[in-house]
Amino acid sequence: MIQSSQPQTEPILRLRGVSKNFGAVSALTDIELDIHPGEVVALVGDNGAGKSTLVKILAGVFQPSAGTIEYLGNPVSLSGPGKALELGIATVFQDLALCENLDVVANLFLGHELAPWQLDEVGMELRAWSLLRELAARIPSVRQPIASLSGGQRQTVAIARSLLLEPKIIMLDEPTAALGVAQTAEVLNLIERVRDRGLGVIIISHNMEDVRAVADRIVVLRLGRNNGVFTADTSHQDLVAAITGASENAVTRRQKSRAEGAATREAGL
Amino acid sequence: MTTPDPKTSSTLDRADSRVRNDDSFAGAWRGFIDRVRSGDLGMLPVMVGLVLISVVFTALNPVFLAPNNLVNLLFDCATVGVISLGIVCVLMLGEIDLSVGSMSGLASAIIGVLWVNTGMPLPVAIIAALATGAFVGFVYAIFYTRLGMPSFVATLAGLLALLGLQLYLLGATGSINLPFQSDLVRFGQTMIMPDWLSYLLAILPGAVIAITGWRTSQRRVAAGLSPLAMQIVFAKAIILTLALGFAVWYLSLGRGLPWMFALFVLIAVALNYGLTRTQWGRSMFAVGGNREAARRAGINVNRIYTSAFILCSTLAAAGGILGASRLASSSQQAGTGDVNLNAIAAAVIGGTSLFGGRGSAWSAVLGIIVIQAISNGLTLLNLSSSLRYMITGAVLAIAVIVDSLARRSRVSHGRA
Repeated sequence: MIQSSQPQTEPILRLRGVSKNFGAVSALTDIELDIHPGEVVALVGDNGAGKSTLVKILAGVFQPSAGTIEYLGNPVSLSGPGKALELGIATVFQDLALCENLDVVANLFLGHELAPWQLDEVGMELRAWSLLRELAARIPSVRQPIASLSGGQRQTVAIARSLLLEPKIIMLDEPTAALGVAQTAEVLNLIERVRDRGLGVIIISHNMEDVRAVADRIVVLRLGRNNGVFTADTSHQDLVAAITGASENAVTRRQKSRAEGAATREAGL
Repeated sequence: MTTPDPKTSSTLDRADSRVRNDDSFAGAWRGFIDRVRSGDLGMLPVMVGLVLISVVFTALNPVFLAPNNLVNLLFDCATVGVISLGIVCVLMLGEIDLSVGSMSGLASAIIGVLWVNTGMPLPVAIIAALATGAFVGFVYAIFYTRLGMPSFVATLAGLLALLGLQLYLLGATGSINLPFQSDLVRFGQTMIMPDWLSYLLAILPGAVIAITGWRTSQRRVAAGLSPLAMQIVFAKAIILTLALGFAVWYLSLGRGLPWMFALFVLIAVALNYGLTRTQWGRSMFAVGGNREAARRAGINVNRIYTSAFILCSTLAAAGGILGASRLASSSQQAGTGDVNLNAIAAAVIGGTSLFGGRGSAWSAVLGIIVIQAISNGLTLLNLSSSLRYMITGAVLAIAVIVDSLARRSRVSHGRA
């Protein structure tokens, strides 16, 4: 069932036996996860599978109850969001967390402005353009407020912002959830470009098509445990089976009943 | 699709053909109209208001535009104006300080008690008053950030408590007269700038705009960005210099430019620099616009709130000191009545949003001129204070309505 195709490089991030309990409930149990440079790892699972808990542990929001996290070969404790950022683990949250009243440059550099006592607007604008150009992002003007940007453009700004501090790993929580077809494609392209820069990318998504389109490995979580590692060419059925935990599940039953319905309609003709 | 003009697409920020670049005068005008239409009114309401007020009051009583009346107007502007600058800071975060009137009254009482009654040196009294302001602001910040008390309630409680403290300090007599020959009272009543200095100061803003504009433009070109539209920068500088030069000339027909107003403008310039050119100011806008986003960007949100509350109360205390020097007394009436609402109304009328994330120090300067012009004009008409309150209340209501309508329009035009 498990098809491993791990690259031969040293992983940037290595999780071993990570668990997280909320009182009597164990949200995560014995999670193993490796992230290599230049690799997109998709984290999939049903609601309540523990994806968000795992992301929050990596972002430093939660502390694990047990297990070790190794970063570049050294064991680390991610004691807070600042610590994770400092190490080079950047997170793009689902709601993006941009200030609509500020322009693109101000949002990119928020909290990390150049020259705090006499803002270097020219320097920041230049860096903003070169960053957006590296991502081949299509933002018409960096001096317009975020409020006037489309959902895909906002996602681009959020991703560009996470790259500003030169992280080693970037985590994207549902990056395509609110986007249209063309914008989704743009964001997927963006993710590939980030990967090509040699970063490790973790994406969380419910959209199997997006996941298969961009991920090098697909890590399935189920009820807080590892439930297999797949490659992008795994069939939809196998993935769904791993996510739901059975080949007989709501999705397959629905497909079956639809197929039967079609058959009876055909028979009726 | 039209191919982008090769000349303009050579710079990084002009590569996208979807953006219209308003470089010419016609373009600047078009951009201005677009902004106003989408609800980004900026200083427009306050300018229209000033012209309207001048026309109406001059028609009713020509004394209104007399140079000496305007000089008095500027003296009066400085006291509440300084308070209003602090209000801009808290409004920027979407919070409010309702106790600035009481705080200014308390500061004036502290000056009277420490300086006149106990005979301490004036600088000590002033520092004590400002420090009290800073402490009160710090307490509000603790209430807000640690105890989760809405600023509106915390400062409403402060309004009563500080008023009580002011009455307690002033004691049974209820009023302390400040010596007329002292520097403090002369500063608030008679001290006028020499003409040569006021002309020099009138030239300064235009010169600064032109020089910084030119230097920024050079740096942008060197960095591969498009240059600023220098014709527009120079036009702005020239118009501003002419307007200020005319104002100084007109005032010099009367007594001239008061030092107190110059101090007010100086504080406004400093605050404007802080808000627009420093990391602190950027953080203020960010927290006011989206608090959670600011927190996740690594900004210490509580520290920003604390700085704003402290700044607001300290400036309110400074306004109280100026008020005492203007009236030559510390009395139970200081800081009561419409001081609170005038300070808040001035900021809102000038274009600082009650909803946070938008505003500027200049809004307090222009707003307070409007408010004081109304009050001054009504006084000239010999109208009772009852009517004055009603009219000022109506003006505040209109300003807030304009603010929320403009905000709605901005949201639908993607300007937030």
